[in-house]
Amino acid sequence: MTTRGGLTNPKERITQYFSRVIPVAIEEDQDIFERGIVDSLFAMQLVAFVEQEFSITAEPTDLDINNFCSISALTRFVERKQMQANPE
Amino acid sequence: MSPPAPTTDDGLIEYQARVRTFVETHVAPKAREIDEAESTPPALLATLRASRYLGMALPREWGGGGIDPIAHGLATEEFGRACSSIRSLLTVHNMSSQAISRIGTSEQRKTWLPALCSGDAIIAFALTEKNAGSSADAIQTSARDCGGEYEITGAKKWITYGQIADLFLVFAQFDHRPISVIVERDAPGLSITPMRGLFGTRGSMLAELGFAGVRVPKSHQLGAPGAGINIVANTALDHGRFSVAWGCVGIIQSCLDASLDYASGREQGGQRLKDHQLIRRLLSDMLVSYRAAKEVCLHAARLRRDRDPRGANETALAKYLASTSAIKTATDALHLHGANGCSADFPVARLLRDANVMSIVEGTDEIHQIALANYALQRPYRSFNVTR
Repeated sequence: MTTRGGLTNPKERITQYFSRVIPVAIEEDQDIFERGIVDSLFAMQLVAFVEQEFSITAEPTDLDINNFCSISALTRFVERKQMQANPE
Repeated sequence: MSPPAPTTDDGLIEYQARVRTFVETHVAPKAREIDEAESTPPALLATLRASRYLGMALPREWGGGGIDPIAHGLATEEFGRACSSIRSLLTVHNMSSQAISRIGTSEQRKTWLPALCSGDAIIAFALTEKNAGSSADAIQTSARDCGGEYEITGAKKWITYGQIADLFLVFAQFDHRPISVIVERDAPGLSITPMRGLFGTRGSMLAELGFAGVRVPKSHQLGAPGAGINIVANTALDHGRFSVAWGCVGIIQSCLDASLDYASGREQGGQRLKDHQLIRRLLSDMLVSYRAAKEVCLHAARLRRDRDPRGANETALAKYLASTSAIKTATDALHLHGANGCSADFPVARLLRDANVMSIVEGTDEIHQIALANYALQRPYRSFNVTR
């Protein structure tokens, strides 16, 4: 499995990224868009981040803000994409 | 069929030279007329449609040119150097088409992209309203569920090339969530009213759009419900900012070229303008502005090519820097030309008016300042590879 900075699971890597680019502490289920914690450019940044970090492709049907609105939503999205790519 | 996309440095140089030849032949000689007539000549529109530059950055799979962001930027610089109105046509067409390419279903891509790539159809971006500019969430145009269709009611304003577009990417509120739909020009209930008397990019054929119960099949909805602003509009606006930024590089270059010519030819106080120290300072500042804006735009282009997460923010940074630099450079160019600068016989007044529009479209300077402060708080210069 690919590792970054010694982290192996998606949630750890996503949490680390959030802690690096968002200047306030974020709860796992906290909706970062609804509470105005990030601006609209951040949605695009997140799409590019997960595509690059996890070598997945966000298809048009994946581009739903509900997939990107929190650490846990993004984790579920990445795990689902990884499962689709490698069903075993 | 579009020519092969350039992939090497030599290929990029050749590509930019080819675009420059096209622009100097067909666009630059018309720039003053376009500005004064507040319109784009139909013959030039036909030439542009046939040139395939409208689809130069769209996927080859659908008939586009498939050029990468660096080649796209260099081409856009050439158009911006000659005429910001024509460059704005390329901008709105590309940004809306890119949204369909990125977010559209396979059926939507198949339906619209071939004509958008070939230039047979032109698409405009219809987000802004009388009371919703910087605050896109405030749009009041509404969509009502009518079974297999939406019924769109409301009005849009400042729609670039709305006067001639064949398709519109329209944003509306549906059930308190923004949606985006593609509306065809001949849809019953759609009215198009030209806007005149504009300050800059006067030939960009702005229009007000009226939607009096316009029925749109739900199959024309782009993206999921609620994705209208965050995903669809931002995808399009990101491409728009990239194009505007490069267009500003073109404006700066045009100001510098005009100023060098004028300062080299005109004599005052017994010497050429270019030999006056304060004029030399203006020329130096213009060159520095050009180099800085272009390098920042190239930086954004490389990140976009590599799908780097910083791409959208660095594009916003490039747009902010390039548009503010374009205003400063055009102001200096106007002063350097003295009274002649205020005349339509010289291009600098048009360039200054156009530059000011660039600092408003696709996000005002002030909106960019807020967004870029958020980006600064990420400390992107510290967290990532320092060489990029």
